[in-house]
Amino acid sequence: MSEEFKIEIVNPEKSFLVKEDVSEVVVPAFEGEMGILKDHISIISFLKPGIIKILSKSGDENYYVEDGIVEFKNNNLSILTSSIFNLTDLDKSKQQDLLKLAEEEAGKPDITDQSKYLVDQKIEILRSLN
Amino acid sequence: MASLDDLKKRIASVKSTQKITKAMKMVAAAKLRRAQESAEKGRPYSEKMNNIILNLSSGISDKENAPKLLSGSGNDKVHLCVVMTSDRGLCGGFNSNIIKKAKSYFAKLAEDGKDLKIVTVGSKGNDQLKRAYGDKIIANISFKDSKHANYFDADKVGKMVIEKFGAEEFDVCTIFYNQFKNVITQIPQAQQIIPLNVKNSEEDKSEDSYEFEPDEDEILSNLLPKNISTQIFKAMLENSASEQGSRMSAMDNATRNAGEMVDKLTIEYNRSRQAAITKELIEIISGAESL
Repeated sequence: MSEEFKIEIVNPEKSFLVKEDVSEVVVPAFEGEMGILKDHISIISFLKPGIIKILSKSGDENYYVEDGIVEFKNNNLSILTSSIFNLTDLDKSKQQDLLKLAEEEAGKPDITDQSKYLVDQKIEILRSLN
Repeated sequence: MASLDDLKKRIASVKSTQKITKAMKMVAAAKLRRAQESAEKGRPYSEKMNNIILNLSSGISDKENAPKLLSGSGNDKVHLCVVMTSDRGLCGGFNSNIIKKAKSYFAKLAEDGKDLKIVTVGSKGNDQLKRAYGDKIIANISFKDSKHANYFDADKVGKMVIEKFGAEEFDVCTIFYNQFKNVITQIPQAQQIIPLNVKNSEEDKSEDSYEFEPDEDEILSNLLPKNISTQIFKAMLENSASEQGSRMSAMDNATRNAGEMVDKLTIEYNRSRQAAITKELIEIISGAESL
């Protein structure tokens, strides 16, 4: 029996990625990184800024996400996100842009604790990419 | 009867108008294809989002403490209506249809003694509504600068709506937009987004249980604001496809009408030219006869 399942990443503009032969996905869930294998229990969680690792037969892929929702059901993994970037496409200047945006947000005086935490995560991840 | 010269000028003017409408039709057709594509591509996101919320809200145990965006503020007094129209005219009945739908809804609200607040998205709707409902309009947002409907813009509208809801400025929020069916048919829609209408008809779906991480409440309160932006974005996508479709068929009609007019004027022109020639001939012949 194959140990593969289907992943679908959609953003508001389009269906970003569909893959049928995924063996493992690691997502940066809100309460820590979470690895998902085939026949995982149905789960809904949301994402914090981080890297999604997709391991499949046709090669591994890494994506940077800033937010999103994960749903796993019947061996279908759906990730809804409004900002996702393929790491190989994410060049230095783009990283700097995102970092600048995040730093600006972190500098706001009226930021709530939760969004502060998220922004700090974002900055940390972006810095570690360089 | 108009002189030959006048007729000639009119024919020329109608022809140049026809050229413009034809060009506009072509542009609309090209834009329509793109808008339609992005509307279709955007559908999975909003559908999935809806599904997840459906699953979540059916799994939520105590409805009393559910987030306010889902259950409402408990009142039904102040209604916020987000009327989404285009920024440009010359698109047939596109804007008027939305306005008509919105106005009949407003009238019903007034009958029921509810308070009304209006947010207009797109300048055309603002123009048409400010005469009758000027004092009710609390904000006007226009995205003239963005070429395509994008999520960033929708998010701005969504955040504003949520902020106002948080400040208890309204109890119920409804968005008005045109749903794209095909090039000739666009259906004006009124969709309530706060509180969310969760259809309980799919009760059997809640059979499969989910594991939630963190708990349901937290996920829901994180998800619902996103859903509002998503719904608004969906409305924007549908709207932009509808706008182009509506413009295309309006301009197609205009081109055809201009063609008919040119034909009619040409016939009139030829007739009066012939009449003038005949008249001249008669004058010459009768002149020669009398000699």
